[in-house]
Amino acid sequence: MARIGVFVCHCGENISSTVDCAKVAEIASNYPGVVYSIDYKYMCSDPGQNLIKEAIQKHKLTGVVVAACSPRMHEPTFRKATAEAGINPYLCEMANLREHCSWVHFREDSTTEKAAELVRVLVEKVKHNEELYPIKVPITKTALVIGGGIGGIQAALDIANSGHKVIMVEKNPSIGGKMAQLSETFPTLDCSQCILTPRMVEVAQHPNITLYTYAEVESVDGFIGNFKVTIRQKAKSVDHKACTGCGLCIEKCPIKKIPDEFNAGLGNRAAIYVPFPQAVPNKPVIDRNNCTYFLKGKCGLCNKVCPADAIHYEQEDEFIKVDVGAIVAATGFDIKHSDFLPEYGYGKYPDVIDGLQFERLASASGPTLGVLKRPSDGKEPESVVFIACAGSRDPAKGIPYCSKICCMYTAKHAMLFKHKNHHGNATVFYMDIRAGGKMYDEFVRRAIEEDDVNYIRGRVSRIYEKNGKLIVCGVDTLLNSRSVEIEADLVVLATAAVANSDSEELAQKLHISYDQYHFFSEAHPKLRPVETNTAGIMLAGACQAPKDIPDTVSQASGTAAKVVALFSQDELTREPLIAYVNNNTCVGCFLCQSVCPYLAIEKEEIRRRDGTLVKTVAKINPGLCQGCGTCVALCRSKSIDIHGYTNRQIYAEVSALFNRREYAGV
Amino acid sequence: MTKIGYFPGCSLNGTAKEYDLSLQAIARFADVELVELADWNCCGATAAHSLNSTLAVALPARNLAIAESMGFDEILVPCAACYSRLAQSRHEIKSDEKYRTKIPQLIEMDIKGTANPITVLDFINKYVLGKLKDNLSNKLNAKFACYYGCLLTRPEHLSTIERREDPLVMEQIVQLVGGMAIDWAFKVECCGAGLSVVRTDIIGKLCAKILDDANSRGADAIVVACPMCHSNLDMRRNEINKNLASANTLPIIYITQLLGLALGIEPNKLGFDKHFVSTGKFLHKLQKQTMEV
Amino acid sequence: METKSKIEPLAQPLKEKILNEINEQVMKCYQCGKCAAGCPLSGEMDYTPNQILRLLQIGDTSCDDEVLRSYGIWLCLTCDTCHSRCPQEVDFPHIMDFLRSESIKRRKVHPKAKEIIAFHRSFLECIEKTGRLHEVGLIASYKLKTFNLLQDVDLAPKMFAKGKLEIFPHRIKGKEAIARIFEKAIKEADND
Repeated sequence: MARIGVFVCHCGENISSTVDCAKVAEIASNYPGVVYSIDYKYMCSDPGQNLIKEAIQKHKLTGVVVAACSPRMHEPTFRKATAEAGINPYLCEMANLREHCSWVHFREDSTTEKAAELVRVLVEKVKHNEELYPIKVPITKTALVIGGGIGGIQAALDIANSGHKVIMVEKNPSIGGKMAQLSETFPTLDCSQCILTPRMVEVAQHPNITLYTYAEVESVDGFIGNFKVTIRQKAKSVDHKACTGCGLCIEKCPIKKIPDEFNAGLGNRAAIYVPFPQAVPNKPVIDRNNCTYFLKGKCGLCNKVCPADAIHYEQEDEFIKVDVGAIVAATGFDIKHSDFLPEYGYGKYPDVIDGLQFERLASASGPTLGVLKRPSDGKEPESVVFIACAGSRDPAKGIPYCSKICCMYTAKHAMLFKHKNHHGNATVFYMDIRAGGKMYDEFVRRAIEEDDVNYIRGRVSRIYEKNGKLIVCGVDTLLNSRSVEIEADLVVLATAAVANSDSEELAQKLHISYDQYHFFSEAHPKLRPVETNTAGIMLAGACQAPKDIPDTVSQASGTAAKVVALFSQDELTREPLIAYVNNNTCVGCFLCQSVCPYLAIEKEEIRRRDGTLVKTVAKINPGLCQGCGTCVALCRSKSIDIHGYTNRQIYAEVSALFNRREYAGV
Repeated sequence: MTKIGYFPGCSLNGTAKEYDLSLQAIARFADVELVELADWNCCGATAAHSLNSTLAVALPARNLAIAESMGFDEILVPCAACYSRLAQSRHEIKSDEKYRTKIPQLIEMDIKGTANPITVLDFINKYVLGKLKDNLSNKLNAKFACYYGCLLTRPEHLSTIERREDPLVMEQIVQLVGGMAIDWAFKVECCGAGLSVVRTDIIGKLCAKILDDANSRGADAIVVACPMCHSNLDMRRNEINKNLASANTLPIIYITQLLGLALGIEPNKLGFDKHFVSTGKFLHKLQKQTMEV
Repeated sequence: METKSKIEPLAQPLKEKILNEINEQVMKCYQCGKCAAGCPLSGEMDYTPNQILRLLQIGDTSCDDEVLRSYGIWLCLTCDTCHSRCPQEVDFPHIMDFLRSESIKRRKVHPKAKEIIAFHRSFLECIEKTGRLHEVGLIASYKLKTFNLLQDVDLAPKMFAKGKLEIFPHRIKGKEAIARIFEKAIKEADND
């Protein structure tokens, strides 16, 4: 026979101002099965909890209903108290009298009546509660970091320095990402490579970090603490163990006119190449799409000249399986190119370039060795126009968001130009200047006040070329929208920052959600900004939204802290409120498997002792199941149920509502 | 012989006779009969949509309804401005419930919007180009600046042209007849359109920029596909030249005249004598170079 | 002295009327100025397109009044350059059409715009009478309305010589139907 205790909380006056709590306790005492019922001002306080503990022991309660606030608020508190009194914590349930009743109704008899009904429903449920025990899941204390830009590097180093193993996967031949391409960084104008390359080397040399470059994540299975990842190591065609990085192969390669990705297409590279001199690893790969040997079956020059016999044409893509406990997605972003803006020339004017191209032109390691030369004729520009918001904040072009980094890098570009050409004219067309950040606005003011950059508030309508000059047509909205036409030698478009073209594919491999622009979604925009909705998968950097270097590094360290916190436990404890299958009635239709959003349903073979197969049934993976209940709703033989929310419990609640009886005075 | 509906519009009956002549000539070549819509009326032009939005939908709608009653599902509208009004009217009737019920009452005719207005470029692409290759008799060895103006490329929902900021449809036609299409910067800029009479000074300024750019890039002629653009660039040349350091003498040729020449049709039958800005020098140069070929 | 005016008091700001009647949102404009930068006539206008939108956004009586009394709304060529490049997809030519008819309705037409309206009116009168445009009739009517008697006198003989001018108008058979379209459309505009 059930022996239920009911504990009605006043929540100060939060509940008692509209609900007659004493009356609720009195009514509840008449419910079948209720052996003890009491109200108290603060049930969550120590004396309140003691009230519950004492009652459990004194009245030998088999179930507890606390009628108070939302279970999101204090269910853990009361379940803990219940456990301390010696009974299973899952025998305690909460009736939400505050959010579901007192806060939303006026003080009248029907409010108290509703409160009493809410209690009765929970009393009926708790009679069917079972003893449940938390699930323990082991943790593999190795992290996978996808992406070797500054975000991935920071996360990997922080995790590795905490003593855990890290596997880093980078799709390009070198780590370094976008930051390696930048010339200087705002707001300090320090050299980007100078601060980045030591970190890159640290990653390569760290005993806790295993680095796979020219590699991609092929597939991801498993769940938090227990992911099984397959990495595709693309064939480099060069044995990096044997290669000494002497560079002879690159020198002799006859195919030298391939647009260089690292230089944003402004320079050329060979078919066998190291992306840039400071690359990590500093050893070449063969670009098979452009190599004569792979296209026509002859050449083989690199092989002939290699003193270390490191060229291996026959190499094939390799699949490496690894077990990891957590995954950090740090895959970065991309930018739109200048051909994205037809009114600025469909990309047909070589001297209308994007921001990344300007970085390469300004960089000492760039194709012009840091001398600003325009792409069309190599002339050093006298007049440069910078256009902010080129495609950002532009719903007509499908990008309504602010790309966040452009205001700052545009100011930096204008400054870099003025520093290289003191008498040159730098003009910035902008809509708003968004320079929130430490020393950011001061930086922009410096460009305007000290470096004499001409900021014009207005969006450019079009650009056309005439007699070797680019005519930029805009207005000055601060001067009565007067028309402004500037003859420029070079135009730099701060084109929109966008998600990588393959980000959607990766998100689907990882089973994480992404927004309409294909940036990965964080679990909560304010309070869980580094986690995804999939437990064990975190984010770092611009794969989540456009971000500058300081924000990316901060987020990467935050993500590393989350990973390290997870790895600080040997086992993962999870609430047991998950689905379970009744093997006797399951017919093995696997409709549940097809609808499970968490891929938590596996197949289990039931065999006799002699090994003959009886049938195949569904099996819930307790690590993956989130207890959403979709499978329960779909199961045709009613063989799946959810602990804590069984069909019996729910039916008991619903039928209690239908079978209303009069209890003392209501 | 294919028959399609033909809405010449007021201009082709008057100021743009050479457009009508040359269009009829290439239609004959393409074996397409242009059947003039019976008792058609003016589309209302800028005046109607400036003053009365209902009139701006109703006047073109009557023509659409006539085309429907004659059983046409295509109406060739050679004037870009008329095209824009007819296409917009059809768009409103098809997308706006208010007009769908109101317009039949106003025009006292049924209208479903089944007749689709097409531009002269659509017409050429669909009916002429396929037959052109084997019938070219002249290679038009000259440099042409193809001018689209506004209403062939804008607004987007009415335009059939890709690359609105730098269309290449006319350029492709020019290349097919052996000409060289220059890359220039004013092909989709506005000529001043309906302000021709009231603010001729504005026409002068806007057209001066257009002509100057074409001239400075070495064009021998400007090719157009709209009688409004033509009359502003051609008839208003004196006013335009007031804004230029030296008088600009570039002839303005309809795309249909260009095709007519390539097919070997006599310039007079294409209305080359009706231009305000002389086409003589241009025709002479073409003839000379053709002979040299 | 104004006695019985047809002008209604400003019951609602123009921006609301624009939203309700032609479904365009002036609040979308964020004043980037790209429209003014591309407009072939913004240099001639008293208010550029973005400035007109700004006045409409403020939405008080005096700003709305400034818009309706501006010359710029009459210069718009409906070339659609502003609309085609607008990042916020504001269909400004559509709004301009609305503002022009509203300006006439409330009798706030800019004095310099009277000639433009006279031209439009002459144009429509010509169509109302004959169904088609007749250049000679149009120009004659326009000259009578504006006393610009010398307008384009140099062009006419040349046009005539090239067969581009007809002395007498062509009257379409359905001209009564056209007249009825005008009657109904104008009545409807008056009732708005």
